[in-house]
Amino acid sequence: MQIAQHWIDIAYLIAAALFILGIKGLSKPKTAVRGNLLAATGMGIAAVVTLLHHDIVSYEVIIAGLIVGAVIGAVLAIRVQMTSMPQLIALLNGFGGGASFALAAAEYFKGVDTTVAMAASGAAVLIGAVTLTGSFVAFAKLQELIDGQPKGFPGMKLVNLVLLVFSLGAIGYMTWTGQPNDTLFWAVVAAAALLGIMLVMPIGGADMPVVIALLNSYSGIAASAAGFVMGNSALIITGSLVGASGLILTQIMCKAMNRSLTNVLFGVMAEAGEAMDADEVYQGKIKSSSAEEVAMILETAQRVVIVPGFGLAMAQAQHAVRDLADTLEARGTVVEYAIHPVAGRMPGHMNVLLAEAEVSYDKLKDMDTINPTFEQTDVAIVIGANDVTNPLAREDKGSPIYGMPILNVDKARTVVVVKRSLSPGFAGLPNPLFAKDNTLMLFGDGKQAIIDTTNALKEG
Amino acid sequence: MDFVAQLTLFVLAIFLGFELITKVPPTLHTPLMSGSNAISGITLVGALLAAGHGGSTLISVLGFVAVVLATINVIGGFMVTNRMLAMFKRK
Repeated sequence: MQIAQHWIDIAYLIAAALFILGIKGLSKPKTAVRGNLLAATGMGIAAVVTLLHHDIVSYEVIIAGLIVGAVIGAVLAIRVQMTSMPQLIALLNGFGGGASFALAAAEYFKGVDTTVAMAASGAAVLIGAVTLTGSFVAFAKLQELIDGQPKGFPGMKLVNLVLLVFSLGAIGYMTWTGQPNDTLFWAVVAAAALLGIMLVMPIGGADMPVVIALLNSYSGIAASAAGFVMGNSALIITGSLVGASGLILTQIMCKAMNRSLTNVLFGVMAEAGEAMDADEVYQGKIKSSSAEEVAMILETAQRVVIVPGFGLAMAQAQHAVRDLADTLEARGTVVEYAIHPVAGRMPGHMNVLLAEAEVSYDKLKDMDTINPTFEQTDVAIVIGANDVTNPLAREDKGSPIYGMPILNVDKARTVVVVKRSLSPGFAGLPNPLFAKDNTLMLFGDGKQAIIDTTNALKEG
Repeated sequence: MDFVAQLTLFVLAIFLGFELITKVPPTLHTPLMSGSNAISGITLVGALLAAGHGGSTLISVLGFVAVVLATINVIGGFMVTNRMLAMFKRK
């Protein structure tokens, strides 16, 4: 069966409208599930009508591709652990970029006859390939297949610039002359693939949320560019929605670190931090505590705020934290969670982990909401967070992290920091919070320390 | 569709995107990313056309790759988003 082009276009319009309603649904947790289903319905409609398109003459390759893709996608979605969600998002960003790349390449080899199609296929190939390899590097770093720390060599930025200028020049040349050149085309593919790797290698650790959000944006822009190649409105609209989404998340992440995007991508953190000697900050001022002592303090607490960071994910401590909160709440204590925008390795990482542990989302407070309440907080429990609680960001104008908005946990009556050791966070700075008079260090594995505290609280 | 019409769609959709996304609360930022991964799997419709075109082997291979990757995004993205959102829904 075949249907006329205008019916297909109308179906695409319906799909685009359903995507928009789907994203709108995400503005509230209550309507979000329905929103996701609406978007999935839109995708189903778009895919089915496309199969009726008169250009499709054989179905073997399509069916094989759909089966392989569906099986891989379903297995990934069902098996992934919530703690590994940043890796999955990185992979999906990469696949999205890869799909746009492969699609644009197929269009190129089918023959691009207009200036717009040539320029757009070049753009889709360039952005798609950068997204593909860049995301795989991000995945490898998050999965710890390769060292997560920033890696680079002198002159790396120059090499990147050369690769970018070459790619743009080659695409521009082919567009200008209207002469597709297969050798040049593959050279652009290779340059873009290399560029993706080299752009993400120097970024690591706590800067990961920015990279993930940015690659998310790229995957959308690549899809949009592919839409320009094919003259397909569904791709253009949807790609730009996703591009805008990733861009906004990138902005939020950068703002939460008080750094510009350029600084995250190309800059190094200021060296001034090394002047500060960790021993000097900590010497004789660290109070090591025990689960029993912490439990005693918690017994009389009326308000407790839990501050999770990447360490919570590392220790898989989300369920243990929830048990502690339940125990406290059963005793009449008010418990809330303070979520810094860049806590974890991607936007919303902590929220997902705590949701998995069935912590109600209205107890998760963002930075601006919770900060004024720390002064009325009896105990702040910092678990696996470091830089986002560092008072240097507020007090020391010479510090590389000065100006970064932080959670003011030091204003709480007592601060309990659950941490393996005094090792610095990603910024490489000592944290004077640990040496404050009202801070107790509870050294050990995050999960075990919280479980011990909960048990001590139940027994006491 | 001519270029100016395409560009119009592109620019308006970006503005719409900004309006929509700024209303998504931080708590749902991860599902937003996986959900947007899923809908960017719309490249599937282009991929289907490329894969079913019956052109050269190279085009079929590229079309196949595009179909596989886009389908992973669509199926994986919607399923994992649903899984996460179900956790947020229960109280």
